[in-house]
Amino acid sequence: MKLHEYQAKEFFKDFGIPVPAGEVAKSPAEAYKIASEVGKGVVVKAQVHVGGRGKAGGVKLAANPEEAKAKASDILGMDIKGLTVEKVLIAEAVDIAEEYYVGMLIDRRTQKPVIMVSPAGGVDIEQVAKETPEQIFKEVIDPRFGLHSFQALSLAMKLNSDVKKARVIAKIMRALYSIFLHIDASLVEINPLIMTTDEKIWAIDAKINVDDSGLDNHPKVAALRDTDSELPQEIRAREADLSYVKLDGNVGCVVNGAGLAMATMDLIKYYGGEPANFLDIGGSSSPEKVLAALEIIFADPNVKVLLFNIFGGITRCDDVANGIVRALEKLDEKPPLVIRLTGTNEEEGVKILEAQGIKATNSMDEAVQAAVELAKKA
Amino acid sequence: MSIFIDDKTSVVVQGITGRDGSFHTRKMKEYGTKVVAGVTPGRGGGKFEEEIPIFNTVKEAVEATDANTSVIYVPAAFAADAVSEAAISGVKTIVCVSEGVPVQEISRALLLVKENGCRLIGPNCPGIISPGKSKVGIIPGQITIPGPVGLVSRSGTLTYEIMYQFTLAGMGQSTCIGIGGDPLIGTNFIDCLSAFEADPETEAIILIGEIGGTDEQDAALFIKEKVTKPVVAFVAGVTAPPGRRMGHAGAIISGSEGTAAEKIEAFEKVGVEVARRPVDVVELLHKKWAKIAS
Repeated sequence: MKLHEYQAKEFFKDFGIPVPAGEVAKSPAEAYKIASEVGKGVVVKAQVHVGGRGKAGGVKLAANPEEAKAKASDILGMDIKGLTVEKVLIAEAVDIAEEYYVGMLIDRRTQKPVIMVSPAGGVDIEQVAKETPEQIFKEVIDPRFGLHSFQALSLAMKLNSDVKKARVIAKIMRALYSIFLHIDASLVEINPLIMTTDEKIWAIDAKINVDDSGLDNHPKVAALRDTDSELPQEIRAREADLSYVKLDGNVGCVVNGAGLAMATMDLIKYYGGEPANFLDIGGSSSPEKVLAALEIIFADPNVKVLLFNIFGGITRCDDVANGIVRALEKLDEKPPLVIRLTGTNEEEGVKILEAQGIKATNSMDEAVQAAVELAKKA
Repeated sequence: MSIFIDDKTSVVVQGITGRDGSFHTRKMKEYGTKVVAGVTPGRGGGKFEEEIPIFNTVKEAVEATDANTSVIYVPAAFAADAVSEAAISGVKTIVCVSEGVPVQEISRALLLVKENGCRLIGPNCPGIISPGKSKVGIIPGQITIPGPVGLVSRSGTLTYEIMYQFTLAGMGQSTCIGIGGDPLIGTNFIDCLSAFEADPETEAIILIGEIGGTDEQDAALFIKEKVTKPVVAFVAGVTAPPGRRMGHAGAIISGSEGTAAEKIEAFEKVGVEVARRPVDVVELLHKKWAKIAS
């Protein structure tokens, strides 16, 4: 789950990481008020869950409250990479002398948290990694000790060779690890961490992604979720405990198992179709889940046909068939369906469906091809 | 015999009285697995189905029985703790089925697992089965038959899909292991490839990967250097968009890293054929075997 910059900065403040004064505004009038309170030049920053806000025109300087109001008016409502800006952060502008990158995530190879820093701050770190990887310095963190002071200092001195400044930066790094640990983050980033012309250190941007699997342990953090930036179907899917990703095609699919669901999408493409979504219904055959899946996928007007691909190992095919039949009873219009059932009780499952006039097969390839054909004809 | 489990495997079930734990314990027993104990805090002293003794802690279970393997069916919030408990209890192999375990928690638990010389399989995995002999986890026995093909996979039902194709073709399996869909897992592709290479009952290896991480790419390099048996692969997620988690916590393309294309290329570069459809895997192995024979 992604947190907005303004939310991440609240955690920074709580843990002693210096951030410029500022607050979030939802209207130009609010922007004016906050800019007046800050009392100096401000920066108006779009709060949306995408990178490249600056390049898209979502970050603007404002010398006074009147300008802040005008810039906020420009940026609020702007579309940045498909997301509409609903909030802006009004933050005190600071003079930048140096910019650094500091980030932390779990490294899959070492299976431990890793902290990365770079003196090339304020730019896309992926680009730095590609073009000048020697500008990135890393330390692996032993989760039993956390980030040692000596590790933090060693990295900080790569950013600023003045040990006094480096100690300030090192302290910020250790605070960042405390946040990382405290909320089960999957990524925390300060890009850039800056030093001003009068040698003060500020975090002028903040990024926190929280491990979805950790959210149940952190209800207050979970409550920070911004549902404004989610599609209604995605919200519905989460509430129904379904794993769902919307794509652009017209062949919808409901599958039991994430790997099989990905393989199904791939097979749709292989046979000349375009997958409309990823949806893992898990091991459940409950009519409620099936109904939720049907409604979520058909909420997309592009979808012309829905393919169920069920491999029943533990899950019984006749249970799934009954779930589908009961779900369809709740719908006024019976949508075009192709159903593949294989595994435990597959014959019984196919019989139940065919009695309702629904085509069912036990071949994944046949089912995908039939679905792609139906979508083309529709 | 098979990899990681054998006829000496004796299992303690953590979470035996839960809905999943009880169901799958029955299934494992039916399949022939030696289930010798169960653990549910507060239910110690009781018996599961009047037969299997239940204990309050894994340590007590191990001391009282000869359990050397644990299987965990507890809710995600307690799973990393269950892994840690198993790691210091004396068992040598731990299979964690639970999905949704916080990543930092498993990162810490893995330290204990390694320190105590244990093998963790999972989390978020269906476990391991040696057809006709034993199974630890939830892989359905009825879609398998014994034979010479070893399977290792990050998936659940996709594994069953491909495994079933082999069974229908009469090409049985030596061991099938699901290593799990999470970003941090206890046993990776290389661990399994190494074990399959050393296993006299395995003559060929099927590897089923998906987007996210670098395990497949590392495996490709390992195959080049250390694996002499024929390997055929399938990689799911060719159509997955970047930056989105596709169900599995570990199935996510970060920036440009971890794409299916990258993994397929890595395999093909070292002579591992990659099937374009799940149904093609059997045929690809047939062809490879025929080529080797000629």
